[in-house]
Amino acid sequence: MAERVGTPILQAAVAEGAHDQHMVLNMGPQHPSMHGVLRLVVEIDGEIVVRLYPEIGYLHTGIEKTCEAKFYQQVVPLTDRIDYLSPLANNLCYCLAVEKLLGLEIPPKAQWLRVLLAELTRLNSHLIWLGTHAMDIGALTVFLYTFREREEILRILEGLSGQRMMTSYFRIGGLAMEPPLDFHDRVQKFIRTFPEKIDEYSNLLTGNPIFKNRLQGVGVLSAADAVALGVTGPNMRGSGVDFDLRRDMPYSGYEKFQFAVPVATEGDCWARYVIRLQEMRESVGIIQQVLDGMPEGAIKADAPKIVLPDREKMKTQMEALIHHFKIVTEGFAVPAGEVYQGIESPRGQMGYYVVSDGTAKPYRVHMRNPSFTTLQALETMCKGRMLADVVAVVGSIDIVLGEIDR
Amino acid sequence: MAETPRILANKAAVLEGLPEHPAVKALLAWNADALVDAKFDRGELTLTIASGQICAAAATVQAAGYNFFEDVTAVDWFPSTPRFQLSYHIVSHTHKERIRLRVLVDGSDPSVDSIVTVWPAANFYEREVFDLFGIRFEEHPNLRRIMMPDDWQGHPLRKDYPVEGYR
Repeated sequence: MAERVGTPILQAAVAEGAHDQHMVLNMGPQHPSMHGVLRLVVEIDGEIVVRLYPEIGYLHTGIEKTCEAKFYQQVVPLTDRIDYLSPLANNLCYCLAVEKLLGLEIPPKAQWLRVLLAELTRLNSHLIWLGTHAMDIGALTVFLYTFREREEILRILEGLSGQRMMTSYFRIGGLAMEPPLDFHDRVQKFIRTFPEKIDEYSNLLTGNPIFKNRLQGVGVLSAADAVALGVTGPNMRGSGVDFDLRRDMPYSGYEKFQFAVPVATEGDCWARYVIRLQEMRESVGIIQQVLDGMPEGAIKADAPKIVLPDREKMKTQMEALIHHFKIVTEGFAVPAGEVYQGIESPRGQMGYYVVSDGTAKPYRVHMRNPSFTTLQALETMCKGRMLADVVAVVGSIDIVLGEIDR
Repeated sequence: MAETPRILANKAAVLEGLPEHPAVKALLAWNADALVDAKFDRGELTLTIASGQICAAAATVQAAGYNFFEDVTAVDWFPSTPRFQLSYHIVSHTHKERIRLRVLVDGSDPSVDSIVTVWPAANFYEREVFDLFGIRFEEHPNLRRIMMPDDWQGHPLRKDYPVEGYR
């Protein structure tokens, strides 16, 4: 039998004793429910999943290697491309890591704006998750509703940075530029109406018997398994582990804000759905606090050798022009050392490990991405369930293949 | 975070400066010789473990409350020796703190014990390090390439592997 099976992963399945009565089935890499190019090799006994291997790497572009050949500030746009549904979370994590290496203090206004944008990104990401997850289950309408709200977030981001998705708005030492004049009002208007929109989604899904039956009791992950397999974020909190980096190891001024961390104990797809809806409401609360208490001041750190000068200064002052030229052509040296910065991205604990050898280019950049680890728990969640449940589980854990493969 | 930044540059300084740290205490109680070096810099504690002892060291810090394995990756210090550094990042849900375990591995035929038995979460990460750095993890249940194709030659994240062009 082994000779007839082509790829190594199938050979591995056979070597580990794939049963003759069982069928080995490829789901993906091109499959509408696979959220990108995820390939699952599933061994099934009739309709029951016996074994499941995620086979990844189809989107591997070697971003970590590319980072080593760029200046520190040139890595920021690369980080957008990792988790393309929450680019600002990646920007934030990378900038915080390098700022930690440099020992740079960020002015309060920049910190608060970063928190606001990180939470907007969370809403953006959760909206895509909700729309596509419901669509996988068969509730096609919700997708149109969530993308209506996502469009408004993208417009706000476009006004802010000129880009809808790959914003690259955070810089090492602060933000790229001042937000536009109507930024505050637009965000306020969006936040005022958004809780009603969450109710609208909830009306469509929470009482829907088909949606409920497809999710409740499906893909159960125990708290012990979640910790052992490294599952983080809403998926871990859906299993009853109460840990959120924003609250427990705060960064970028999160300790100044009041918010609840929703936790459920069931550990099934339904719990993960409920938690993400709750998280959206909490994010709205955080954004409101930022808008209400936004401090005045600069949006960039006072570090002329690291932060690019304002355009006007650069055109009128010799000193600024020199700094601008030096930063763009030579970068800036970062003291040797290694740091790890973790943040709570929409999908879980994201971490950037940056090693510097004292030059202007990072010696090593490693990203710890929540989706990558979550994928390891997929087999545990799907084993012994029907094949159709795999679709529900893959949707509920909210993975992005760009950040898995990097 | 608010405390003054301080650097404890070596093992003796860390033992003196952080005598009550739960991970340090547990490692000393287990095997003081296996803790080769230590460093506290930028608010992060790095503990260097003797390369043969990482699995037991991981179990020790796990018992000391560092229950959540976050990440393992490697750094290639080519051409200096020892060539590879493995960095394990471990978070404690109770202490709300992160530590880094560090293992130095020699460049010729690099290998280290797998910690999958302690934390199953390390499975994919060790495969990634094996794939991109060529460091073997002994006793790993499924040590295959994960990012690159199975028939790929070479290990892309090594420093002697070019960023662009031909090898």
